[in-house]
Amino acid sequence: MDINKDILVLMLERMWLIRNFELKVMEVHSAGEFAAAAHPYIGEEAVAVGSCLALKDTDYIAGNHRSHGHPIAKGGDINRAMAELYGKVDGYCKGKGGSMHLADFSIGILGESGIVGSSVPVATGAGLASKIGGDDFVSMVFFGDGASNQGACHESMNLASVWNLPVIFLCENNQFAVTTSFKDTVAVDHVSDRAAAYNMPGVLVDGQDCIAMYEATVQAVDRARKGEGPTLIEGLTYRYEEHSLGLGRVRRGEYRSQEDIDEWKKRDPIHIHQERLISQGILTTEDCKKIEDDTMKRCEDAVEFARNSEFPKPEEVFEDMWANPIPLP
Amino acid sequence: MTQTVFIEAINHATKEEMRKDSNVFIMGEDITLSVYGATQDLLSEFGDTRVLDTPLSENGFVGAAVGASLVGKRPLVETVSSFMWVAMDQFISQAAKMRYMFGGQAKLPVTFRVSMLYGSGAAAHHSDRNYPMFMNMPGMKIIVPSTPADAKGLLKTAIRDDDPCIVFEDGNLYGTRGEVPDDDDHLVPFGVASILKPGTDVTIVAIAGGVIHALAAAKELESQGVSAEVIDPRTLVPLDKKTILDSVEKTGRLVVVDPAHKVCSAASEISSIVAQEGFWSLQAPIQKVAAEQVHIPYSQALEKLIYPDKDKIISAVNNTLES
Ligand SMILES: Cc1ncc(C[n+]2csc(CCOP(=O)(O)OP(=O)(O)O)c2C)c(N)n1
Ligand SMILES: [Mg+2]
Repeated sequence: MDINKDILVLMLERMWLIRNFELKVMEVHSAGEFAAAAHPYIGEEAVAVGSCLALKDTDYIAGNHRSHGHPIAKGGDINRAMAELYGKVDGYCKGKGGSMHLADFSIGILGESGIVGSSVPVATGAGLASKIGGDDFVSMVFFGDGASNQGACHESMNLASVWNLPVIFLCENNQFAVTTSFKDTVAVDHVSDRAAAYNMPGVLVDGQDCIAMYEATVQAVDRARKGEGPTLIEGLTYRYEEHSLGLGRVRRGEYRSQEDIDEWKKRDPIHIHQERLISQGILTTEDCKKIEDDTMKRCEDAVEFARNSEFPKPEEVFEDMWANPIPLP
Repeated sequence: MTQTVFIEAINHATKEEMRKDSNVFIMGEDITLSVYGATQDLLSEFGDTRVLDTPLSENGFVGAAVGASLVGKRPLVETVSSFMWVAMDQFISQAAKMRYMFGGQAKLPVTFRVSMLYGSGAAAHHSDRNYPMFMNMPGMKIIVPSTPADAKGLLKTAIRDDDPCIVFEDGNLYGTRGEVPDDDDHLVPFGVASILKPGTDVTIVAIAGGVIHALAAAKELESQGVSAEVIDPRTLVPLDKKTILDSVEKTGRLVVVDPAHKVCSAASEISSIVAQEGFWSLQAPIQKVAAEQVHIPYSQALEKLIYPDKDKIISAVNNTLES
């Protein structure tokens, strides 16, 4: 596939933006600037970036608790994302959602979900709306290997297939659900094998390679827009950090080896793409370093933005319940 | 005005709203052949893009309705109260919470029509009257019509409302008749109770199918010289507490009739509001007449013991008059 140079560079930039965002989040979290749960996406950047860049702004995504990478990959505003993590009024959800519920409806981000598997039916419904309205947009949902065992996923894949909906089911197989290996919980070798049960294509992709993710998603989107129905894509990837910030302090015992982690880190998604761009003469080493530094600067600015934003006012606790408001009981 | 059967009124409301707004579509199990009675002739008029028979995947299609509503459609979903249990995650985690959680970004104009099929030997798995559980969770508007006119007007309001609405339809009322306005814009507002019978001695607030028993009790009490005021809240979220409190101020006595299980019921909530905000009007303890706190038994000999009926209401009224 011939991929436009601007997109290739944007891939690198978005991956760095996610990585640096997460590094900043880890730093300020351990410094105690906010205390709530957050689930780092480091190591998995190519999955969200490769797939989201295959979408248009008018397409929709929904995601899960590992929630920062998806909106950033789709072009979300990191200032508002960071402010949300701080529980501030300039956050995406005015401080009402937090890390696990980032959403930006204006650019098709229908929101992340803290209940594992729960956003899969919702994204399927966005696809249903597209079909009923004869619209052109598609809907893509991110879920983990753990979530793939939820009934909601199975029901949605079947529904999308029998109704031929423009939905891309994007399983981020990072090998574990918290500490439990997917090999112990998924009865088939690959989550993508399950597509056969729903009579849709199941595509196994190297999730460390943003171009592979991009190409697989372009095909799935193309199929969806032509009215040919859904696709299940499984991106094989790896989470470098703990399941969530701070979990290492309470966990007793190991569930993966240092060798495993080191092995996966050899195939770092940013490194792979950067080397490729340099060897193809698209970017120089200095260009790449500049992207790394610039995105870090933007993330530092996002932290400043979040720090300077106000906390919501007490009366705001009662706002945003209803579109057509009713009195409080 | 036309004499209309309750379930037809629902059908008429659906058709009128589907004609009015092409974003309205309906889905549910076996709806194209109208197995539950309210969806006849929808397929022939609106076609299979807007009238969808779903797989047996309640969690999946409730969530799909939520998702479709987020991006501009106005889905109407038909299901049965007892099947909501398998879809609870989508009702609660998504439909109810999404707007608030996302800081007001989400708009969810989705309506669920839920039939409560109790009282005729359906046993424990098919007889749920579970609206109080949904009242407990903020984020969904809870509608409980008791007349054909309200069934039509409230459903139309729900479909046009921009928030998630659940219309709990009492299956025991499906065959009842009443005058229904013919007006295409016959809308019954949420949060406005209706006084079905004025009275001065005791206030009876009755919910859904409880209303016909309350009216029967009021009629019999009238012949005994007791003047009961019968109020139907029509919507539980929002709840018109003013009409109830005003009535209790006049009568000094309250009986609440609720076909749901009595613990944490709608009757419990109404009783607690009156106890807290209308205490000085009360001349006797509040009486709750609600379903017993056991499961719904199959045998007719047992099932009829469970729910509020005319005699239980009359004896509750007499309790308030004795003290
Ligand atoms: C329904 C539900 N069950 C359990 C949890 C607790 N939990 C949060 S994340 C998680 C693991 C999810 O694993 P996976 O889907 O593979 O996503 P990953 O965290 O690996 O990205 C669990 C068990 C939850 N949030 N929701
Ligand atoms: Mg996982």
